Amino acid sequence: MSVLDSTTTILASGVRLTVPLAFVACGEYLAERAGTMNISVEAMMLGAAFTSVATASATGSATTGLAVGVVTGLVIGFVHGNLSHRAQINTFVIGLVLNALVLGLTSYLITTEQFASHQVGMLSIPLLQDIPLIGKPLFSERWPAFLLILLVPLTWWLVERSRWGLELRAVGENPQAADVTGIKVNLRRRQALLWCGAMAGLGGAYLAVGEVGSFNQNMTAGRGYIVIAAVIFGAWRLGRTMLGCLVFGLSDAMRLALPALGVTLNAQLLVAAPYLLALLAMLLFTTQHREPAALGRPFVRGST
Amino acid sequence: MSAAPLTDPDDLGRRFLARLRPGRRGWLTAGLTLLLVAVAGAASALLLMATGASPSASLDAIWTGSLAGTTGWTTTLLNAAPLLLVALGACICASAGTFNIGQEGQVLIGGLAGAWVGLRLAMPGPMLVVVVLIAAAVGGGAWAALSALMLRFRGVNVPVSTLLMTFLAIQLVTFAVSTPWGLQESVQNSSGIADAQSNPLPANAQLASFGQYPSLQLNTGLFIALVAAVGVALVLSRSRWGFRVRMVGLNPLTARHTGIRVAALGGFTLALSGAFAGLAGGLLLASPIGTNRLQAGLSDNVGWDGLLVALVARNRPLVAIPVSFVFAVLRAGGDFLAATGVPYYLVDIVKALLVLAFVAPPFLVDLFRRRRGAKPSTAPPVSVVPTKVRAAA
Repeated sequence: MSVLDSTTTILASGVRLTVPLAFVACGEYLAERAGTMNISVEAMMLGAAFTSVATASATGSATTGLAVGVVTGLVIGFVHGNLSHRAQINTFVIGLVLNALVLGLTSYLITTEQFASHQVGMLSIPLLQDIPLIGKPLFSERWPAFLLILLVPLTWWLVERSRWGLELRAVGENPQAADVTGIKVNLRRRQALLWCGAMAGLGGAYLAVGEVGSFNQNMTAGRGYIVIAAVIFGAWRLGRTMLGCLVFGLSDAMRLALPALGVTLNAQLLVAAPYLLALLAMLLFTTQHREPAALGRPFVRGST
Repeated sequence: MSAAPLTDPDDLGRRFLARLRPGRRGWLTAGLTLLLVAVAGAASALLLMATGASPSASLDAIWTGSLAGTTGWTTTLLNAAPLLLVALGACICASAGTFNIGQEGQVLIGGLAGAWVGLRLAMPGPMLVVVVLIAAAVGGGAWAALSALMLRFRGVNVPVSTLLMTFLAIQLVTFAVSTPWGLQESVQNSSGIADAQSNPLPANAQLASFGQYPSLQLNTGLFIALVAAVGVALVLSRSRWGFRVRMVGLNPLTARHTGIRVAALGGFTLALSGAFAGLAGGLLLASPIGTNRLQAGLSDNVGWDGLLVALVARNRPLVAIPVSFVFAVLRAGGDFLAATGVPYYLVDIVKALLVLAFVAPPFLVDLFRRRRGAKPSTAPPVSVVPTKVRAAA
C-alpha cells in the first residue's frame, strides 16, 4: 500500500471516529456553558445506541432508529435535569448512577435479544470526493454525518448569538446575578441538558446505526468521557472543541491502524492521550478564566 | 414543684427519646425510601420476568451464593472489606466538601505500588505484607494528591480531574503489566509471549486468614476495614481535626474566617481518600483467595461500587459498614447468579436502582416542601457540596 493510500485510510477512519464525538461535543459544550458538568453523556450515547439498533431491527428502518436514539438522549437528559436541577441532587452522583444504570440495562438486554443489522445510507458528494487525500474522508460518509454542517453552526448561534444563549451563558458564569435579573437558572440548565441529550443521542445512534450497524456491550467504551475531555481541551470554545474531537478521533484511528502498518507506537499512550491532553489543557486554561465560573456548582437560591 | 434536675433519669430518658424521634421530614424520607426500594425491587423482578427467568429462583441463587453456607460468607466478607475502605475514603473527603470520583483509578494505582514493592523487595516473614499494604496506601494517596495539587495551584475541578486520572491509571497499570522491564510476568507461555499480568506475589505477601469455622475464613483485611471504619467515625465526629473537616464541608467561608487553611485541608482529605482506596487495592492484591497478581482487572469495579456505598450511607462511616455488607452480598450472589445463566449485569442494574432509591428521597422531600411554599430545611442537603474550593477563595 502506498503512503498516500494508507494516509487516506487513516484519515478516513479518523474522520469516521470523529463524527459521533463531534455531535456529542456540541451538546456537552452547550451544557457546560450553562454551568452543568454533565458526565451522563456516556449514558445518553450508550442508551441511544441501544434503542436505535433495537428500533432499526424492529422497523427495518435505520433512520427511524436514529430518531428514536435522539428521543432516548432527550429522555435521559430530562431525567438528569430534573434530578440534579430540580431536586438538587449532586450532578456527579446522578451522572455516575445513570451511567451505571444504562450500562447495566443495555448489557443485560443485549444478552436476551438478537438484532438484525441496519445501517443508514452512504452519501458521496460527486466531484469533491475525487480530491486526492481528503476527498474520500471528508465527502463520502453516512448521510447523518453531513448534519454536522448544520448543527455545529446552529449550536454556535444558539450559544453566542441568540437571546436564549446569552441567558444560558449568564447562568453558567454567575447564576446569582442571572437569578436577580429574572432568568430561571435551573430551568435554563434543564433546557441545556435537553439539547445535550438530543445531540448525545444523535451521536450515540450515529455510532450504532451509522458506523457499526449493530450494538455491542459497552460499545461507547468511554467516548462520552472523551467528549468531556474534548470540551476541556477546547477551552470551552466550540471551534477548538471540534478540533479537539478531530485530534482524539485521529489518535484513536492511529491506535487501530498503526500495528497493521508495522509501526510500533505505545498503544496505552495513544488510548490515554485524550485524557492526558485534557488534563494538560485544564492545567493551562483554568486559571485564565476560560472555564464557565459556575461550572459544576449547583444553584440554590439564597446560597452565596 | 420545681423543674426536674438535670440528673433526673426520667427527664434524661425523655430527652434521649426526643433526640431519637425523627420529625415529620424524617418519617417522610424513610417512607419514600422504602417506597423507592420496593419500586426498585419490582422493576428488577419485572426485568427478570421479561427475559424469562424466575425472580424467586434468582433471589434464591443470590442467597445461596452469598449467605447460605460458609463458603458464601467467606466470599461476601472478602468482598466487603475493600468496598468499606473505599467508602470510608469517600466519606472523609465528602465531609470536607471535596468530591472524589476517581477511586477506581486510585485502587489500581494502590495495587500497582503494592505489587511493585511486593515483587521487588525481598523481605522475610510477615513484614512484607505490611510493607505491601503501606505501599498501596501511599500509592493511592499520591495519585489522589496529584488531583489535590492541580486544584491547589491551578484551580482544576476535582471531580473532573479525578475522573480523568482514573482512565490514565487504567492505562498505566496495563502498561506496567505488559512491559517486560515493568511488572510483566517473567514466565513465557507456549507461544513465547508472556501474559499481561505480573508474577504472583510471594507467599509471605499474602494476608493471613485465620479461623476455619469449619470452612469460614475470616480475612485480616476485614478487621483492618472494620477498625478503620470505627476510627474514621470517631475522628470525624469527636476530634478537633474532624470538626475542622466538617466545618470546611458545611461552610468553607466560615471555616476560613476561623483560621482554617481550607485549601490545604481539602487537598489533604482528598489525598487521604485516595490512600484508603489504595489500601483497598492492596487488600485485593494480598487477598488469601485470588490470583495475587497485578492485572488490569484487579480493581473489578470495587472503586465505583465503594463510591456508591458511600452515597447510600450518605457519608456516615458507621452506616457504611452494613451498606458495604449489602453490596458485598450482591457482588458475591451476583457471581453465583451468573453461573445459573442470568447475566451478572442484572446486579449492576439493581445496585444503581438501590442507590437512586436511597439518595433521592431527602432531596425529593425538600422539593415537595419548596413546592408547598414551606421554608427549606435549615440543614444543608447532605451531598450538595461545593465541587470546587477555589484556591484563591
